[in-house]
Amino acid sequence: MRVNGTDIKLDEDINLYDFLVNNNYDITKIAVEHNSNIVPKIEYRNIMLKNNDTLEIVSFVGGG
Amino acid sequence: MKITVNGKRINTDVVTAFQLRNQIGNEDDIVIFNGYQIEEDKKLVENDTLSIITKGAMVNSDELESMLMARHTPNVHKKIKKGKVAIAGLGGLGSNIAIMLARTGIGEVLLVDFDIVEPSNLNRQCYNISHLGMPKTEALKQQIKEINPYIEVQIKTVKVTIDNVYELFNGYDIICEAFDKPEAKSTLVNVALEEMDDVKIVAASGMAGYGSSNIIKTINPMKRLYVCGDLQSEAKIGQGLMAPRVNICAGHQANMILRLLLGINDI
Repeated sequence: MRVNGTDIKLDEDINLYDFLVNNNYDITKIAVEHNSNIVPKIEYRNIMLKNNDTLEIVSFVGGG
Repeated sequence: MKITVNGKRINTDVVTAFQLRNQIGNEDDIVIFNGYQIEEDKKLVENDTLSIITKGAMVNSDELESMLMARHTPNVHKKIKKGKVAIAGLGGLGSNIAIMLARTGIGEVLLVDFDIVEPSNLNRQCYNISHLGMPKTEALKQQIKEINPYIEVQIKTVKVTIDNVYELFNGYDIICEAFDKPEAKSTLVNVALEEMDDVKIVAASGMAGYGSSNIIKTINPMKRLYVCGDLQSEAKIGQGLMAPRVNICAGHQANMILRLLLGINDI
């Protein structure tokens, strides 16, 4: 699977929500594109990730 | 040949810009030739655009708009004038971006913020002591009118939530995300990309402190999302927001918005 331009190997089936939490992403501060489609936050648990998928995760930090 | 002088199309047989200046005004007048102030004479060709400006003189209101437009690149200006941009959050980023876009001659801008101007805003935001206590939307609209009264300014003094994104921003080509809190940034970007098929978003992440200017950049991580900043310098205890880096980031956002309005999608 390609995540933010880097290839990683998925060892087990995992949904997007668990993948994000396991990788220390704060769900309230991100936007995620899965195979070039924006994923609504309520869908995170319904998306099963596969090894040929592409994820783009944008994290926002405070300040403006 | 037909040329445009001070906003009016005229027919002339004058050969050079300075000859035209001497015909209309005098030798001390400023000559702006196709958006650039010239010091050396230039030969005129069909469809050139000139402004001849007498230093220190007040212009009539009917000539003012053409004078304000004089430094804009002629064909570029036509596209920017058609632009409709919404700015969400009028703090250090949004207030400065709004002013830059106003100076650029944008057609229409929507300003959205629920807050009022506080003394603690003056370290980086485009407000003065005279604006304290005013809604930021009104304080900024007032300033834009002082810079370019021909820009259409819409204001909405409300808090942006998950439920009103579509209603607030529908109809705008570009949304500028200029919030302070990361949760608010995330909400706006997610909901706008989900609910609005054509809109492009220019967001910001990471501009606190006084780290190197050179790590602030513009990226295009998703189809319709641009993010400006260094992506890491968060505002936190011991690392405040300061005018220079906030303005560098605001400049990145404003320039990306300008590029998008001109049909340039790459960073």
